[in-house]
Amino acid sequence: MIRPDANVLLEIRGLHARVEDKAILKGVNLTLRAGEIHAVMGRNGSGKSTLSKVLAGHPAYTVTAGTVTYRGANLLELSPEERARVGVFLGFQYPVEIPGVSNLEFLRVATNARRVQLGQEELDTFAFEDLVRERLTVVQMDPAFLDRSVNEGFSGGEKKRNEILQMALLEPLVAILDETDSGLDIDALRIVAAGVSQLATADTATLLITHYQRLLEAITPDFVHVMAAGRILRTGGRELALELEERGYDWVDQELAALELG
Amino acid sequence: MGASTVSAKTLATWTGELLAQLPAPSGPLAAVQGRGREALAALPLPSRHQEAWRFTDLALLAGLDLPPSGAQSSGITPDGPAPEGTSPQGACEDKPPTLRLQLDGRRDPLSGVVLPPGLTRLSDSELVLALGHTLAATGCEQHWPVELNHACASQLLALRVSSRAQVSLELVSDGATGLRPLRVLLILEEKAELQLCQRLTAAGSGLTSLVLEAHLGRGAKLQHGLVALGQPDGALLAHLAMEQDPESDVSLVAVSAGWGVSRLEPRVVQVDGSATTTLRGLQVVAGDQIADTHSHIAFGGPEGQLDQLHKAVADGRGRSVFNGAVRVPRAAQRTNAAQLSRSLLLSDRARIDTKPELEIVADDVRCAHGATVSCLQQDELFYLQSRGIAAEQASALLKRAFCEEVLRELPAPARLWCPFERLLAADGFESGPAPAVESGPEAPEGEAG
Repeated sequence: MIRPDANVLLEIRGLHARVEDKAILKGVNLTLRAGEIHAVMGRNGSGKSTLSKVLAGHPAYTVTAGTVTYRGANLLELSPEERARVGVFLGFQYPVEIPGVSNLEFLRVATNARRVQLGQEELDTFAFEDLVRERLTVVQMDPAFLDRSVNEGFSGGEKKRNEILQMALLEPLVAILDETDSGLDIDALRIVAAGVSQLATADTATLLITHYQRLLEAITPDFVHVMAAGRILRTGGRELALELEERGYDWVDQELAALELG
Repeated sequence: MGASTVSAKTLATWTGELLAQLPAPSGPLAAVQGRGREALAALPLPSRHQEAWRFTDLALLAGLDLPPSGAQSSGITPDGPAPEGTSPQGACEDKPPTLRLQLDGRRDPLSGVVLPPGLTRLSDSELVLALGHTLAATGCEQHWPVELNHACASQLLALRVSSRAQVSLELVSDGATGLRPLRVLLILEEKAELQLCQRLTAAGSGLTSLVLEAHLGRGAKLQHGLVALGQPDGALLAHLAMEQDPESDVSLVAVSAGWGVSRLEPRVVQVDGSATTTLRGLQVVAGDQIADTHSHIAFGGPEGQLDQLHKAVADGRGRSVFNGAVRVPRAAQRTNAAQLSRSLLLSDRARIDTKPELEIVADDVRCAHGATVSCLQQDELFYLQSRGIAAEQASALLKRAFCEEVLRELPAPARLWCPFERLLAADGFESGPAPAVESGPEAPEGEAG
């Protein structure tokens, strides 16, 4: 939903970042307003996933230039946990398995960290169980997964559902979903997409990072950005995603070559 | 190595000084004491020139204030006062009644105790036959720590457990200082079952010497949980020797943390094979602590089973040693043994030495072994942080997860003695799980390593 007067939640300006000595982001500009759903598409290696990790504060990436402003404050000076607590959520492309850490306990500790930030009361185990059972319905997840270790032995689809469950509990204002559609069969994709749609409200912004148009059939984006060589090459509406699906990414290479020559 | 040269000088006279301070042999172990003192006088102190002690320096012993054994159980009582004698816990019908005995190395642990059905004290004549039998069977009767115990121990707990026994036995040795020699002998008759929870804590400078022998008859079952939480100026030397007849089942879960030096030697022999042995170990070191586990499992016949997992956490300048010997001679065909050592290295200055030592002569066997040493995984830390969990708390969760794999296998009463927070306290980890901190400019930094 595009409302030009809606609050800007996240503003990325001239963002450059590198991992080790390799420059990956080379001047990303992007503005997310409340109520908007953005899709970032692009080939492998275009910098999509790096963008998501830089926004979440992954320690392996170094920002070398540019700014990221979240609700008027400098996001880049916050630690990863602070970013999460103030309402920035990263849905991982490859959710991490953590043997020995109970999923339920993990979800509770994370939820309470966010609640404390919001000035809400922390939930004890009983109150939390009620909440988590209610939120499980968002992703139609089997409660049995709560008793397991975090993501341990989960199938690809179950891991992604667990990601969206975390999002449903943390109620972020900006959700960045890194290839949430990868590794999902059609049914799981439908459920995950329905969950994401349900959680996208007039007060939140969503950034979907994806390879394929497939996800965008289930979640309609307001903006589609094409990323290449570490920056956003073109921005359009949902028709841009259809164009990519039809024409592939070859034209992106040509456009990029022309840009670099010029 | 200037420090160890100095201490070596002091250690040179250590045995002599110790022996001179010991009271004259007395009590049920008088004869053993006499032989032990002779043996000890003739044995050199373990040194790093010996292969079995290559990584474990006993220099700490030189600084200990030894006999006579000092304080009472004034120190740590993790779960309140310890009732003596039987306390039938009627509240839970499923649970066997608990018999809690205090082992302090000075008094007869059975004095004034009415033993429940199925448990009997070994008579003097039985003692003569049984004492040391399992030590010999497991090849450690002349080990230095065992001879030390022989020389010093004047009291012992010696019990026969029949198949009628339905009891959870708790042996508690709390908060001592000085020299504390503990000796236990258990004979489990055919099909007898025993849950044994043992707690060793220290209040300060001292040496705890434990020698435990358990002989399991055919089809007997022993579940032993040992929780040993020490002090940086305390030393623990323990031999846990198990002799298993066919179809018997031993499960030993040993958790140790906080000792300046600890050396645990679980020694198991499956006399004719066909028995089941499960070993779980967790040792935690920080500061300048040394924790060493030398396990030795021998199969004397076919179709024995071993499942062993040893874990270590090393922080600070701590040092962890694991040596896992498994002997599978020709007679032990169709043995199925698995040994895994997993270590978590939390500091640049900590050190881990881990070595499987498999000697396999039989040709039709399965013997798996493996060893891993790793740090906290950055991707795991980041994942937790990305959900709002502070870096410190994320590390604590991961350390806890690492330890839980062993802790959760402790028998229930021992599990209660050893909450993870206590392990943290015992070894000087930075902090336990902290409540979530409101973010602000001064919030803890989120560096994940």
